[in-house]
Amino acid sequence: MRTLLFLLQKEFLQVFRNRTMLPIIFIMPVVQLLVLANAATFEVKNIDLAIVDYDQSYLSSQLKSHFTASPFYTIVANEVSVSKSLDMVHADKADAILVIKQGFEKDLLRGHQTELQLLVNAIDGSAAGLMNSYSGQIIQGFIQEQIAQRANVTVPHITIQEKFWYNPDLTYSHFMIPGILVILVTVIGMFLTALNIVREKEMGTMEQINVTPIKKYQFILGKLIPFWVIAMFELVFGLILSKLIFDIPLNGSLLLVFGVAGVFLVVALAMGLFLSSVAESQQQVMFLAYFFMIVFILMSGIFTPTDSMPLWAQIVDLVNPLFYFMKVMRMILIKGAGFMHIMPCLVGLMVLSVLMLTLAITKYRKTS
Amino acid sequence: MDSSIVISVNKLVKKFGNFVANDNLTFEVGSGEIFGFLGANGAGKTTAIRILCGLLEPTSGDIIVAGFNGYTQRDKIKANIGYMSQKFSLYEDLTVWENIRLFAGIYGVSRKLIQERANLLIENLGLEDYRNRPVADLPLGWKQKLAFSVAMIHKPTIIFLDEPTGGVDPITRRRFWEMIYEAADAGTTVFVTTHYMDEAEYCNRISIMVDGKIVALDTPSALKAEYNAESMDEVFVKLARNSQRV
Repeated sequence: MRTLLFLLQKEFLQVFRNRTMLPIIFIMPVVQLLVLANAATFEVKNIDLAIVDYDQSYLSSQLKSHFTASPFYTIVANEVSVSKSLDMVHADKADAILVIKQGFEKDLLRGHQTELQLLVNAIDGSAAGLMNSYSGQIIQGFIQEQIAQRANVTVPHITIQEKFWYNPDLTYSHFMIPGILVILVTVIGMFLTALNIVREKEMGTMEQINVTPIKKYQFILGKLIPFWVIAMFELVFGLILSKLIFDIPLNGSLLLVFGVAGVFLVVALAMGLFLSSVAESQQQVMFLAYFFMIVFILMSGIFTPTDSMPLWAQIVDLVNPLFYFMKVMRMILIKGAGFMHIMPCLVGLMVLSVLMLTLAITKYRKTS
Repeated sequence: MDSSIVISVNKLVKKFGNFVANDNLTFEVGSGEIFGFLGANGAGKTTAIRILCGLLEPTSGDIIVAGFNGYTQRDKIKANIGYMSQKFSLYEDLTVWENIRLFAGIYGVSRKLIQERANLLIENLGLEDYRNRPVADLPLGWKQKLAFSVAMIHKPTIIFLDEPTGGVDPITRRRFWEMIYEAADAGTTVFVTTHYMDEAEYCNRISIMVDGKIVALDTPSALKAEYNAESMDEVFVKLARNSQRV
């Protein structure tokens, strides 16, 4: 116990003496929250639309004005040919092309079936889907208006009353911020621990420690406790910022959030310790940690729902600590989920923490 | 076993794959002795020292250090030895005082004694002005003297010094050897490796390793007589000339 106190004292001294540590602790969360929560968005706004109007009629201009009126669309060109508009799509100056064929007005007025063509840049499939459905809605609105004007009757149609639960305004940042906080805490927990230990190997101080009668558990606790505390502090700091800047809902129990975070951090820290036992240099450990980070983050459900991943990927996710923590953070903060709701995730994290810690402790050796 | 023997090594072998770093080393070091462990680069000195300190797993052989078994009682050995590696390995970002406090604390020295020994150490080394400055600010020679003193902070039975004077100026080297003598006079056994043959003359007994084997072991004067040499330098060159690894 006494030895541990000396080690903790040394570790905290070093952390706060390190010139790059304080910026990492205080500036990184601000930047990540401000930039990522605002920039990384799936909402499709500002669709650049090129319109090719072969009809040049009153009705075609009416249709165009519907698009102009939409907040989602910016008409970037009124081209005379499809090929010119396609050039614009190639050059990324337009996202979609609406082609109005010759005889559009004539067909409509005679009550014949007519066609419009919508060419959408579908590199990003989900964005293309959204553009398609927005356009469909606008065209539908145009048709409703035309029918109403001409027939002078009210057309029966069904309106759907939408009510979005948990995030009624569909605020994207409310969805993203819990995820960003998870990444933040993981970076501190996993990267800093791993880097710190490998640095001791590189400097040779690790050998000087290994030649003392220090116990394995003392060394490990001496490394894990400081970074556990720092990462927890980081979470508190990040939550305060999120509340102040983005007014994210804190619907559930914060105590529960910290409880789960505490368990999650044991997994992240043990992972860092394990990586540092495998690697010999800071460079190696950075690459290793980066590799696991990317896989963990992309499979965690931060951007895409894990439910729509293939079954094998969902099974792999059972050993992804970020998957559990990401889910729990959103459940508690946004939905206000209680202990019983997040129990399965907490159990998952506990199992992982035991496994990871065992692995890390067995791998770390004082004698090579 | 003779109670005055503090290190006893019998047929120590260390292999890395097919490479035999230590080939059947057998020797004893007596209490209070200054034992010089000589050999060319790559002869296997550091490997042997790291095994004796419990940092490296031996392949085979019997090892007893400070009365404890080299396989099963490593933590007891570690509590009774001091070790100063080739590479300076105190914490550069901690101050002189913080380094002393840390290592003394790990070795279980009481807080009161830590204060006392730290004050004495800092005074002896003339480091008063550096007490609260990071160790990184110290010149190399002072760093080495500090590292030695910190390795001695828990008053170990044996101190292992792996090339402690590499890259140090002659005056500091002389001062360093004075410190080694003071330690030996106080009863600490000193196990030291070096490349400086003038330093070898200061040792009570020396062993010379070539290609993983000990080829000579005796007092400096006996070795000079045996190899009909003027100096230890000559003895060393005669022995190490035929090395396959240099």
